[in-house]
Amino acid sequence: MHTKPISPWKAAIQAGLIAGTSAVLLALVGMTAAFSGRYIVSGWFTMGQVLFLAPMFILGYTTARKVAPQSTLNTVLVGLICGVIGSAVQAGLVLLGQVLDLRAMFVNASPALYEILTLGRGLPGLLLLLVAGAIMGIAGAAIFLLPERLAKSVLQALLWILLLGLLRDLMSTVTAQWVIKTRAFPDGLEWAGTLITALSTFINKTIYTASGLKLVSAIVLFLLIGAWSYWRYGQPKRVRISGALTRQQQTQRVIGLGAVTLLFILLPSILGIFFAEILDNVGLYILMGLGLNIVVGFAGLLDLGYVAFYAIGAYAMGVLTSPELGFFNLTFWEALPFALLATVLAGVILGLPILKMRGDYLAIVTLGFGEIVRLLALSDWLSPWLGGTQGIQRIAQPTIGSIVLDSQQDLYYLFLAGIGIVAFIAWRLKDSRVGRAWMALREDEDVARAMGINHVTTKLMAFATGALFSGLAGTIFAAKLHSVYPHSMNFLVSINVLSLIIIGGMGSIPGVFVGAFVLIAAPDLLREFAEYRYLAYGALLVVMMLTRPEGLWPEERRRLELHEEEEAAAMVEPPSVVNTPGG
Amino acid sequence: MLRTWRQRITLTDIVVWAIGVAIGAVIVIGTIATLRSGKYPVTTWLDLTIKGLALGGVYALIAMGYTLVYGILRMINFAHSEVFMSGPFTAVFLANALARSGFMDRHPIIGMLMVLVLSMAVSMTIAVLLERIAYRPLRNAPRLVPLITAIGASFFLQYVFRGLYGSGFQAYAIPKALQGSITIGGLRVFNTQIAVILGAFAMMFALYAIVQWTKTGKAMRAVSEDKEAAALMGINVDRIISLTFALGGISAGAAGILYSLLFPVVNFIMGFIPGLKAFTAAVLGGIGNVPGAFLGAMLLGLIESIGPNLFLDGLGVPTPSQLKDAIAFTILVFILIFRPTGILGERMAQSKA
Repeated sequence: MHTKPISPWKAAIQAGLIAGTSAVLLALVGMTAAFSGRYIVSGWFTMGQVLFLAPMFILGYTTARKVAPQSTLNTVLVGLICGVIGSAVQAGLVLLGQVLDLRAMFVNASPALYEILTLGRGLPGLLLLLVAGAIMGIAGAAIFLLPERLAKSVLQALLWILLLGLLRDLMSTVTAQWVIKTRAFPDGLEWAGTLITALSTFINKTIYTASGLKLVSAIVLFLLIGAWSYWRYGQPKRVRISGALTRQQQTQRVIGLGAVTLLFILLPSILGIFFAEILDNVGLYILMGLGLNIVVGFAGLLDLGYVAFYAIGAYAMGVLTSPELGFFNLTFWEALPFALLATVLAGVILGLPILKMRGDYLAIVTLGFGEIVRLLALSDWLSPWLGGTQGIQRIAQPTIGSIVLDSQQDLYYLFLAGIGIVAFIAWRLKDSRVGRAWMALREDEDVARAMGINHVTTKLMAFATGALFSGLAGTIFAAKLHSVYPHSMNFLVSINVLSLIIIGGMGSIPGVFVGAFVLIAAPDLLREFAEYRYLAYGALLVVMMLTRPEGLWPEERRRLELHEEEEAAAMVEPPSVVNTPGG
Repeated sequence: MLRTWRQRITLTDIVVWAIGVAIGAVIVIGTIATLRSGKYPVTTWLDLTIKGLALGGVYALIAMGYTLVYGILRMINFAHSEVFMSGPFTAVFLANALARSGFMDRHPIIGMLMVLVLSMAVSMTIAVLLERIAYRPLRNAPRLVPLITAIGASFFLQYVFRGLYGSGFQAYAIPKALQGSITIGGLRVFNTQIAVILGAFAMMFALYAIVQWTKTGKAMRAVSEDKEAAALMGINVDRIISLTFALGGISAGAAGILYSLLFPVVNFIMGFIPGLKAFTAAVLGGIGNVPGAFLGAMLLGLIESIGPNLFLDGLGVPTPSQLKDAIAFTILVFILIFRPTGILGERMAQSKA
């Protein structure tokens, strides 16, 4: 690939058009209007405004970086052109909307949207829009002019402010239930109660207002976060060499792991009952993610019908325990081993015919398998056994002694226990003989087989283990809802799980946790977001693959694979310790 | 000879074959039982065959997009079902505007052509943009990366169109010229079915002709054989790949209009099932192979319309049409067990893919 020198002006015009088009798209899709009620900085600007102005800022920055103009003046001009053109495109939409009734086609092209785009000032507001766009473009380009360390800190601080502003509702709900909890504190702990109440008031009254951040606190936070990240970028980078941990690093790891475990145990108490439901969902997806991570992440077998095993687990639990069908009437714990056995068998049965298939053929057959399972569950034919469209009700709930685990919080601990076991198994499997065989098959099947790896048992092991974990998730899910319905077993579940392991980092176990929290919890926390969940997933997957294919918390090996050239270039002097693969 | 053959058979092969044979046996037994029961007259079967041909024609046009792209880039364009959806979902506004103004009744052919061209243009634009933005930067990435990008793009497009045009259904007004039916020897055939079958065959032929007999088609085939060598011969590989996506988009747009003649309601999710079926059809026929896609699609269309009644009714399964998609996927597994690269596929999938 040869690269032609790009004229900065042409690039700026192009960038402006791209920025304008993306902003118009966001507006017509309805996001701009949906987010316009949510203030980031109270009384100053909303998330909606961020959505229609940020494209100019981002493209101003990227264009300036791409063309790297010689002089300061040129940089500013590039940003200006990009910003003005970007906002001009949006102004064009508003003007077009005055002439034509766009609403006949685009449902979101409403007067309310034009109101937002003109900043509530009618047609003269278009001038304001142009000025705002120009400022955004210039600001984006100006960031390029800053020294790299400062620029990075500024960008990071901006992102944090955005995030903190969006999280206002979460903060106020959480702190409110802290205050309620302090009332139940025993005597002698009043000081703690006062402290918590004071903290809550500080967060709700000093940092935030009833909507979004206060302007002053936003500026203070911006400076604090900026300074912190400036300091952090100044620290020398730690060189991580896999496979060789010092004693000190080991203790650090153990302490870190303990802290994380403690956090997970306390999480429902910290966040309150309101979030237990969300946490349960996250737990469910973490369980499935850990399973799919073995199939896709470790063994490299793209399974698009992963929901099938989840469905089989849930339905097996239903058939075995529900008195409504009245076949077995087992308790939860009695039924669990049989349900898990059923999913493992299903994993092997699916695994056999597709042993010889690779990549694309595998994807379609697994997808088909998922659909077959759903259609069978839905069919009239099997409805005497599986309940048809009605599903299965009155599924047994897990009990410990005489305690029935039925509240969301109890189930959270059930999920947590399941995740603990499964994560431990996955972690140990990863470095085991089988785990290394999986990775060898993933890298190159022919070479792996030539090295004496039995591809049949290895692949079947991957499918069976993945199916087992997903089946476990299914059984707990069935117990959680007391019922299963065929409609909750659709293709979107498979896509959610796949997305979360990719966003987290394929093959990385902590990545599954990160991915689940980002993808499953975040849309539930932001009400307006729920509707655009899949749009955002899709965009996130594409952007992730284009810019950071290794994920948010990458597995060491995969990161090395995907960035081989850069690493090699960066590593002028090779470290004395040899990197052990898979370590 | 026999000894080496016996050595190469493993236990897994036997199990897999047993699964295949079991599926085959169910099909044969079901068919015999259904035919012996004499529940359905011949006209029902003919009726279902015509339905199957129309459906197969639509699948064939969509499958072309999958197979052309696969042939050239060795990647599954998972977002092709959204390329298919974008055309008719946009063109419905034009079609209904034309129907309201009465233009469609006065000039049905011009009106239909306008709708068709708009649908093809939208689908083509989406396909080309998709390639340019999402796939081109990933051309040398590991295989899983573009596939996941495609899945992401598919969801992105679905929900963008949902945001743009709303989540509700839009109904196509079928022009008067295509309403009604004709009766041939006791068999009732709808005008729309005839239009779909003729349209699909004409379009398929045109695509085949482009790929086989034009210079661009020759370049496409050259690029799919060997990109580097094609580039050395002076072929602009990027341009050819763009053209391939454009061609796939055009045929998907046309398929979309034909599909909405059969099922005249459109919405943002409409692409998923036909896209999946067309993809299955392309795999069935041997992905990367143009006649294979056609054959696979026709076969799949016929199986889907005749299969439930023919295979399952005799076995006493109630409302077998609920399971038509399950049958389609089972047949896919069945064929892939015995021919892992599809009906007309070379033995490529095992070595290269």
